[in-house]
Amino acid sequence: MNFDFSDDQQAIKRTAHDLVASRFKADTVRELAEAERYDDSLWGEVAELGWAGIFVSEDLGGQGLGMVELAILAEELGYAAAPLPFLANAAAGLALEHAGGEAQRERWLPGIASGETRGAAGMLRDGIAQLVPDADSAGVIVLLDRDGGVVLEPSDCEIEPVPAIDQTRRYARVTPREGAGEPLGGDVAPALDRIATVVAAEIVGVSQRGMEMAVEYARDRQQFGRPIGAYQAVSHRCADMLREVESARSTTYWSAWAADAEPETLPLASAMAKAYASDAGWNVTSSALQVLGGIGFTWEHDLQFFLKRAKVDGALFGSAGEHRERVAALSGLGAAVAAG
Amino acid sequence: MDLTLSPNEQAFRDELRDWVAANHPGEEPAGDEAAWAFRVAWQRQLHEQGYAGLSWPEQFGGRGATLIEQAIFGEEMARAKAPSPANILGLVMGGPVVIAHGTEEQKQRYLEPILSAEEIWCQGFSEPESGSDLASLKTKAVKSGDEWVVTGQKVWTTFAHHAKWCMLVARTDPDAPKHKGLTYFLMDMEQEAVQVRPLRQITGEAEFNELFIEEARIPDENVVGGVGNGWMVAITTLMHERAGLGAAAGASVKIALGQLIELARERGVDDDPVVRQKIAALLIEAEALRLNSWRGLTQIMKTGIPGPEGSLPKLQWANVNQGLTELAVAIQGEEGLSRDSDWTYRFLRARANSIEGGTTEILKNIIAERVLQLPRLR
Repeated sequence: MNFDFSDDQQAIKRTAHDLVASRFKADTVRELAEAERYDDSLWGEVAELGWAGIFVSEDLGGQGLGMVELAILAEELGYAAAPLPFLANAAAGLALEHAGGEAQRERWLPGIASGETRGAAGMLRDGIAQLVPDADSAGVIVLLDRDGGVVLEPSDCEIEPVPAIDQTRRYARVTPREGAGEPLGGDVAPALDRIATVVAAEIVGVSQRGMEMAVEYARDRQQFGRPIGAYQAVSHRCADMLREVESARSTTYWSAWAADAEPETLPLASAMAKAYASDAGWNVTSSALQVLGGIGFTWEHDLQFFLKRAKVDGALFGSAGEHRERVAALSGLGAAVAAG
Repeated sequence: MDLTLSPNEQAFRDELRDWVAANHPGEEPAGDEAAWAFRVAWQRQLHEQGYAGLSWPEQFGGRGATLIEQAIFGEEMARAKAPSPANILGLVMGGPVVIAHGTEEQKQRYLEPILSAEEIWCQGFSEPESGSDLASLKTKAVKSGDEWVVTGQKVWTTFAHHAKWCMLVARTDPDAPKHKGLTYFLMDMEQEAVQVRPLRQITGEAEFNELFIEEARIPDENVVGGVGNGWMVAITTLMHERAGLGAAAGASVKIALGQLIELARERGVDDDPVVRQKIAALLIEAEALRLNSWRGLTQIMKTGIPGPEGSLPKLQWANVNQGLTELAVAIQGEEGLSRDSDWTYRFLRARANSIEGGTTEILKNIIAERVLQLPRLR
């Protein structure tokens, strides 16, 4: 029993943390978010480091590492709300790696791993994927539901930009043309479980940052002659944030580990991780806004980027409620009554 | 990262599992005296295997188990629904304090009878006016020759009517700041000056007692850790042996959640979306509590310092156990309010979970001040 990262994983975490801190300073994030754009040179740098294909097998141009390493990167990028098409590209890569046929993998994964032909992925409901991160700039789009998936090229779909509340990323509505695209070759469940895990990992980083903003403010801000963090109405709120952030982290790391080492546990672990993280992301960042008070409600304060990213991430690839329903179905509560 | 047990840990668990399966004493008998004899017998069985003092160093009759092994032990005992050993407070608090702070003579005198359940221990910390603010306690001890004379009142004293020794914290210097004027004693319960009165609780039973102490005598050699160091010694008592508790708590709520799912099926509400959401949320919080415990243990074993996640399992356990018993009662509707139902007993008993062993509010203060470094309230 060793519930901690290996030395190599610790090194990846440190490197990622330092790089993200130096490249995605608050001013940069704000500038890119307000302009609603990415800095291609930053994506180039990240791809050059092998992050885009960290989980892709080496023969297809990736690093051949696992979900734990991918979760580490997602958490660190989430900690900065980094404006990058990283999550979308990883989600498409996981779908192709774990549910794609041989030809699909060989065709698309090298471009996803190098970052040159980016991928995007989204959930298909009633023939439409309502919120697909980075679909407008992707070379390949994978749309999934729990029964299967389809691999599409941009010309196979109608792609309409969606002005999502999270401006640190681009989002689009994707409608595949009738009969267009190629079905994914394999079972989509292992891919969806991994995608849910990587989104959960991003939320862990986002929530950690939201909590730190609240705690720092509660230490400094004086009202009625003392720091507001001395009042239990505020400090207990912060203690609850810690419970949610650390529990989201523990369940997410468990799920990432299960994906690599104990796949039979992955369905339950990923449903628990995404359910927990989806709620924690909103609870922690909205509670942080309450601690910050008026300043937290202003455009000028950076908390908004984390609050909005957390809210959107909570809905991507299954909401908390949908994942709880999966937990119920996997825990002996008979047949599911709602679509999971 | 490896969330499976190592071959050694697995061997330890298998050995334990086999032993419990072969030696489980069955259901606890009804009646206070019979139940007590049953728990004493169970402890002796554990002691013969070296399981009673699992965490104690081998030189003191223990097994020197790692934190992970202690957690495995807690999990396995909870899973097997094994009874709690009679002298639980001596094993998890008294013994470790004597080992950490006691003199050579005290170690020789007290440790073996704790393991064998020959001498039962109780804990005299809380007072009617000193609950969460323990350091404000008023029971006083005055030196008279080579003994101390103690007068005061203690409350929430588990097993006091069976106990030979009481871990007593009393004020020995009324002029010192409140944390500095306390001393940790081992008080002989077998004296007229100590009166035990059972404290009846909302479940109707009396798990706890009040102690009325009127000029009780304690020889000077029964001070543990030095006069004036009582707060420090008491705090280490409270921090001892928490390792196995998170894992055991995780395992026991998991069993209870299995029973809740069974109940939902019997009552035909297992397809009710609201019930499903609530049960799933409890299952997830229980898993998070278990994972936080293991992650916390890994941090302590690697660095000697508990990580932030280690402070969470107690309050998560209280939340989950209260939530699941509330849901079980709600599922049963009006029938759930009958006094003769086991769920109803557990529902009422669970109200104490967020108070006993540190209230949820005090635990949040600790997280805020020590983990998040927020300013202190006082």
